[in-house]
Amino acid sequence: MRNNGSYQSSRLTALRRRLSNSIATAISATMVALVLVPLLAIFGYLVIRGIGAVDWAFLTHTPKPVGEVGGGMANAIVGSGLILLIASSIGVPLGIGAGIYLAEYGRGQVASVLRFTADVLNGVPSIVMGIVAYSLVVLAQGHFSAFSGGVALGIMMIPTITRATEEVMLMVPNSVREAALGLGIARWRTTVSITLRTATAGVITGVMLAFARVAGETAPLLFTAFGNQFWNLDPNQPTAALPLQIFTYAISPFDEWHRQAWAGALVLIALIVGTVAVVRLVARRGVFQGAS
Amino acid sequence: MGVGISVRDLSAWFGPTQALDHINMEVLPNRATAIIGPSGCGKSTFIRCINRMHETVRDARVEGQVRIGEMDVYNGTSAVEVRRRVGMVFQKANPFPTMSIYDNVAAGLKLNGFRNRRLLDEVVERALRAAALWDEVKDVLKKKSGASLSGGQQQRLCIARALAVEPEIMLMDEPASALDPISTDKIEELIFQLKQRYTIVIVTHNMQQAARVAEHTGFFLLGKLIEFDRTEKIFTNPSDKRTEDYITGRFG
Repeated sequence: MRNNGSYQSSRLTALRRRLSNSIATAISATMVALVLVPLLAIFGYLVIRGIGAVDWAFLTHTPKPVGEVGGGMANAIVGSGLILLIASSIGVPLGIGAGIYLAEYGRGQVASVLRFTADVLNGVPSIVMGIVAYSLVVLAQGHFSAFSGGVALGIMMIPTITRATEEVMLMVPNSVREAALGLGIARWRTTVSITLRTATAGVITGVMLAFARVAGETAPLLFTAFGNQFWNLDPNQPTAALPLQIFTYAISPFDEWHRQAWAGALVLIALIVGTVAVVRLVARRGVFQGAS
Repeated sequence: MGVGISVRDLSAWFGPTQALDHINMEVLPNRATAIIGPSGCGKSTFIRCINRMHETVRDARVEGQVRIGEMDVYNGTSAVEVRRRVGMVFQKANPFPTMSIYDNVAAGLKLNGFRNRRLLDEVVERALRAAALWDEVKDVLKKKSGASLSGGQQQRLCIARALAVEPEIMLMDEPASALDPISTDKIEELIFQLKQRYTIVIVTHNMQQAARVAEHTGFFLLGKLIEFDRTEKIFTNPSDKRTEDYITGRFG
């Protein structure tokens, strides 16, 4: 009788567990869907509005004068590439370097000042970064340039990369450092070839996050890179950038330009997603996954 | 060939806390020496002073003298130089997680500038054979990560990695404490093989293990070396009451 009773109750317990499991799964699935909705909605809307204007000419031609149909954003695509290249070559080494310092050597006052600075820098509005680059570079040079835009975006990349690098390097277990030191590998070599290498995947995530964030920035470029209706590959000259071009076209009164602004936005997102995907793919080669 | 270790008046601190108190010990070449004692008695700190790993901990400090053969460890020698001659195996297997099995074993040489691929292949094979791991991994050397191996295999990989740089001394900090009996047996067998060529100092919590592998045993208590003698003597007829209490299981 008692056996039977506990059998009954254990069946009930099992039922209750299965039920609460299904409910929890359903809730988290709903949350995933809710998170995906805005992302897919934005991307979908961009595709709908923009795909019509993305053609070969859009990707290979420079803008046409007002009133003429056609033309494209080729110069802005290349200009964005140029500015981001400059930004990355400033932001990535400085950001990773500072992150390594914080994780491996940073002690006491210097480290906490650095950490605090990085956090504050992260919160500085992007337009302020533009003003900084304007006063540091544009005023000194006497003219707008791709370089000054790169400086503004590069400085913006630093704090994100620094804190990400610090965090993932601190996640590398100390036993891994000890293993390397115990083999008679010098401290700097251990940091670069063992600790940083073990944390590579995370560092790349941080770099990509920073990259994607500044790739879409418009405000810091308004009075640094400035924009340009023509081809320019000279880092010392005013240069077109996709976000600037989108901004200019979107606030214009012309339907043709509105269409192109949508197309520009679509191309910008596609390029960011593409870059991130390629970097991840390349970085994954030679690195063994599945181990922390 | 192994060399002896001579420790004179060695004391060590973590910040204000003294972990070792005037240790004197002569470790003979090509022998295994076991270090036993209750948790927190300074066993690990002691062997970490031999290869200067102790000083990698913040606020750690050492006084006294350690000589390895003719080399004065704390005087006129760099930590890196010491660690190249003194290999270390840790309590928890710690392979480099993002490296293949091959790269794990080759790491010590590669990162010190050794580039000859053919010789590197030879060294890796020799080290893995010496660590009794070669047959299990020879087909996946560059395909599998060191972290994908089983716990016992990982520990033998770490031994191979330490052997590849051809040290004269091997320090082992409870190398089998996280392993099952079969893996433990393999590690112990390895220690027997290794002492033909190396001087071994092994920290162990397991007194049977000390009795099985080591010619000499030192008993530590509260940072002091209470007794150091031939292993049989320690386990059958210790001179100190505290040693006897410990090995008979009265405390610790």
